[in-house]
Amino acid sequence: MTLARTREADKGKARPSRRVAYLYIPTLFVLALTGFGQMPIYNRYYLSDIPGLGWLADYYVTRNIHYIAAAVLLGLIFYGLFDFLFSQRRRLRLTKSGALRGALLAGIGVSGGLIVVKNFPHVYFSDSLIIGLDIFHIAAGMAFLLTNLVCLLGKMRWTVAR
Amino acid sequence: MEGSVNQTISRRSFLKGSLAAAAGVAASGVPGVKTAIGSDGSGQLATLIDIRKCIGCEACVEACKDANSHKYPEPKKPFPKMYPSRVKVSDWSEKRTETERLTPYNWLFIQRATVSVDGKETELTIPRRCMHCVNPPCVKLCPWGAAKQMDNGISKIDADICLGGSKCKDVCPWDIPQRQTGVGLYLKLMPSLAGNGVMYKCDRCYDRLALGETPACIEICPEQVQTIGPREEIIARAHDLARETNGYIYGETENGGTNTLYVSPVPFEELNQAIAQGDGKPHLEPVPDAMAEANNLTAAMLIAPFAGVAAAAFKLMKSTTKQE
Repeated sequence: MTLARTREADKGKARPSRRVAYLYIPTLFVLALTGFGQMPIYNRYYLSDIPGLGWLADYYVTRNIHYIAAAVLLGLIFYGLFDFLFSQRRRLRLTKSGALRGALLAGIGVSGGLIVVKNFPHVYFSDSLIIGLDIFHIAAGMAFLLTNLVCLLGKMRWTVAR
Repeated sequence: MEGSVNQTISRRSFLKGSLAAAAGVAASGVPGVKTAIGSDGSGQLATLIDIRKCIGCEACVEACKDANSHKYPEPKKPFPKMYPSRVKVSDWSEKRTETERLTPYNWLFIQRATVSVDGKETELTIPRRCMHCVNPPCVKLCPWGAAKQMDNGISKIDADICLGGSKCKDVCPWDIPQRQTGVGLYLKLMPSLAGNGVMYKCDRCYDRLALGETPACIEICPEQVQTIGPREEIIARAHDLARETNGYIYGETENGGTNTLYVSPVPFEELNQAIAQGDGKPHLEPVPDAMAEANNLTAAMLIAPFAGVAAAAFKLMKSTTKQE
């Protein structure tokens, strides 16, 4: 993805895709917030008692918001992917941390997609597949957040100039 | 007077069905995935409960206890101290004989309603337990995969995996599952900080069904109040019965369809007003499809990648034109 700035951008020669970043970061935040909200923790640990955050204890509301945010993220992923492959690939190359984040994002997307399918009527997943998907989705989500945090602190980017 | 059932296919239901079908086909290549797409719930077993026949003898309640007592919790005491303090212990182990509501030790109870039938004051008795929804939110939204739905439509909770977070009860339109503290996997993890026991509810005697037997409550009933069979057959029978008796149907469309259909001689609004309700005593209100809203949002997820590619293509075209 081309969300991160390039070296050229750092030198002021090119502008980062700020509009995408402005959408991407809040989307990740909402996905994490509503994703964790699928576990019974916000009510237990008083987070939903905070004025204005009562909706965090409503599993249906958090699920709907999670789905909407997932759609936005999917749009951004495909935007970034298409943009990188057809527009930026000659100038930029994917860093190792970028590849790791991309792989985690792909894992989150595929497992999330399967969980969405599971939620339709008359779709039966085996017990082990359901448990595996649930654990993988949350583990990959947490790993992705942690990786992003490390990358942010270490100023590691998705792409660098070739 | 049958309960109003809209048989026409609306654009919304068509789109919903198409989405489900597309999603199912997409996932069918994944190992462990089986799909049985059909708006009628084909493949699922349903029960028909003829309320007129029930005499409230509670033979079904006792039979349920006998057949399922080996699945009941045996909690370890004292219970671990739980944090924060708002997390309450839910202990029914000293009240195992309770039969007036649903508990971890009583998965079926008789609800009573005094109503007017043909101008005569009558007490109707209604066996209440899990409705076994066609698309059960308790199963689909369990964050841990502890609640499962079998191919035959039975939803059940795996007591070995359940952590007792009670999400299944919160998302159940009838608040059916009941918690027992001091038992289950959470004791081996972080009993003070996460989990609170195991959730219990009717599993429609899945083990008896697997042996070719009928659920205990159905087998024991002296009045043959309940019948079990393929959902489409049970729906047809419910409609026939409702037509013959000027009755009303509950459970066919509630929460997008359930596998427990009640036929009553009085409207369910009246029954709902006449029954005692509260924790462990489910209502008989109309219930919209709890899973439908988010499932409809799947359309946005299918459109989003195309929108993303279109936006990137537009950007590419713009920059190419600029360069030229």
